[in-house]
Amino acid sequence: MASHRVRIASPLRSYTAGAAAVSAEGGNAAALLADLDRRYPGIRFRMIDEQDRIRPHIRLYADREELRSLTDAVPEGAVLHLICALSGG
Amino acid sequence: MATMLWIGTRKGAFALRPSPRGGTFKLAGPQFLGHVIHHVVQDPREPRTLLMAAKTGHLGPTVFRSTDRGRRWTEASRPPAFRKAAEGEAARAVARVFWLTPGHASQPGRWYAGTAPAGLFSSDDGGATWDPVAGFNDHPMNPKWAAGLATPDGELLHSIIVDPRDARHLYVGISVGGVFESTDGGGDWAPLNEGIEADFLPDPNVPYGQDPHCVTLHPADPDRLYQQNHCGIYRLDRPARRWQRIGRAMPKAIGDIGFPVVVDRTDPDAAWVIPMDGTSVWPRTSVGGRPAVYGTRNGGRSWRRLDQGLPRRHAWLTVLRQAMCADAASPPTLYFGTTAGEVWQGRAGGSRWRRIAEHLPEIYSVTLAV
Repeated sequence: MASHRVRIASPLRSYTAGAAAVSAEGGNAAALLADLDRRYPGIRFRMIDEQDRIRPHIRLYADREELRSLTDAVPEGAVLHLICALSGG
Repeated sequence: MATMLWIGTRKGAFALRPSPRGGTFKLAGPQFLGHVIHHVVQDPREPRTLLMAAKTGHLGPTVFRSTDRGRRWTEASRPPAFRKAAEGEAARAVARVFWLTPGHASQPGRWYAGTAPAGLFSSDDGGATWDPVAGFNDHPMNPKWAAGLATPDGELLHSIIVDPRDARHLYVGISVGGVFESTDGGGDWAPLNEGIEADFLPDPNVPYGQDPHCVTLHPADPDRLYQQNHCGIYRLDRPARRWQRIGRAMPKAIGDIGFPVVVDRTDPDAAWVIPMDGTSVWPRTSVGGRPAVYGTRNGGRSWRRLDQGLPRRHAWLTVLRQAMCADAASPPTLYFGTTAGEVWQGRAGGSRWRRIAEHLPEIYSVTLAV
C-alpha cells in the first residue's frame, strides 16, 4: 500500500507527539485518515465529523489539490496536508 | 480539603485555589491554552476524577478526563457523537460538548453530556467512551423538540439533572426547545413546560419551544426545581407540572431575565440569580451598568438586591449559565465569572462581594471542586 508523507498543522500535533510530518498509508483520504488514526488515536475525529464530513475549519490537500471528500484519491507519492483554516480572535 | 474553583474559558481552563491562610486566591493554569472549555466538572462520587468539555476553533469537540484532580488529562477515546445518519435522514454532528453532569450515586462511572446541536450522550466508564442516548436523540418528537432554533452559540442541550432519589428520573433543558423529563432512565421523554412563557413565539402557549437558560434541582428537596428562562424566573414543585413565574416579584426596573440560577444546598427556599438586560435587542449586560445578584429566602416570593462590593456603575457584565456556583455552606459563598474575565466571590450568601481574579479570557463556566 502507498505510503504518504502527512504534514500536520500545529493544532493537531498534540496527537503526533509534536511531529510536524508523519507517514500514513492509503490510496484515498478515507484510508489515509483511518491509518493515521490507528497510529495517532483520536486525531481523525477532530478533523472529520461522525457523518464523515470534513469539519468546517479543516482543509485537506494532496500536494496542491484540495480534497473535498474522503473518497477523493490521493495520488501515489503525494503529500497529504492537514490544514487548519480559521480567522478570528 | 479546601474548596477550589475551576474556570472554563474561551481560551483554556484555569484553577483558583484559596491560599492556606485564607483571604486571597492563587490562580493556576492555563491548561489547554487556546482551547474552548465549556465546562469542567468534578465527580462527587470519586473526587479525583474531573471531566472537561473542550474543542478548539479548528478542531472538533471532545472530552478530556483527569483521574488526579486535574494534573494530567487524557482524551476520551470515543467522544460524544451522533449515530451515523441513515439515507435521507438529517445528518447531525456534534459541534460542541457544552454540558457535563455526573450520574447517580448508585451508578459509578456514569456521566451525561449535552451538546450543540441538542444531543444527549452518556458514558459508563467515567467519560472514556460515550454513546448517544437513543431514547432522546432518536425520540420521534426530537426533530420538533430540537428544531434548531439556535442561540448565538447554536442550539444547546444543558441542565442535565439526575434525581438524587432515583437514577432513572432525569431532566434536560434545550435552548431553544424547553425542559424535558424522563422517568425510565432516558428511554422515553416528555415536555415539562406548562406555565413557561415564550413571548418570542407566535403562540406562547405551546408544549415545547420555550427557552430555558438554566434549570436547577434542589438537592435537599428534589421535588423543587428552579429555572432561569429567557422569559423569566420560575419554580416548580413536583408532582405539579405547572411552573410558577416567581420572577414576577423582582423589581420591575430590573426584570427577571438572566442566565444562571443557583441554590443553597440546605435551604430549598433560597436561590440566587443575576439579572441582565433583556430589553430591546437584548444586551444581556448588567441592568443599567450596575451589576447585582438577587437572592430569595422564601422560594421567590420576594427578592433582595445583593450588590455590596460590586461596581456601582459603568460595569456592563455578562454572566453565562454555567458561570455561577454556590458552595456547600449555609448560607453559601457564591461565585460568578464574567465574559470580561473576572471572577467574583460573594460571602454570606452574596452579602459582600469582592473580585478574586481578573484579566482572564471570556469565562464560560465556574465550578467548585474539593
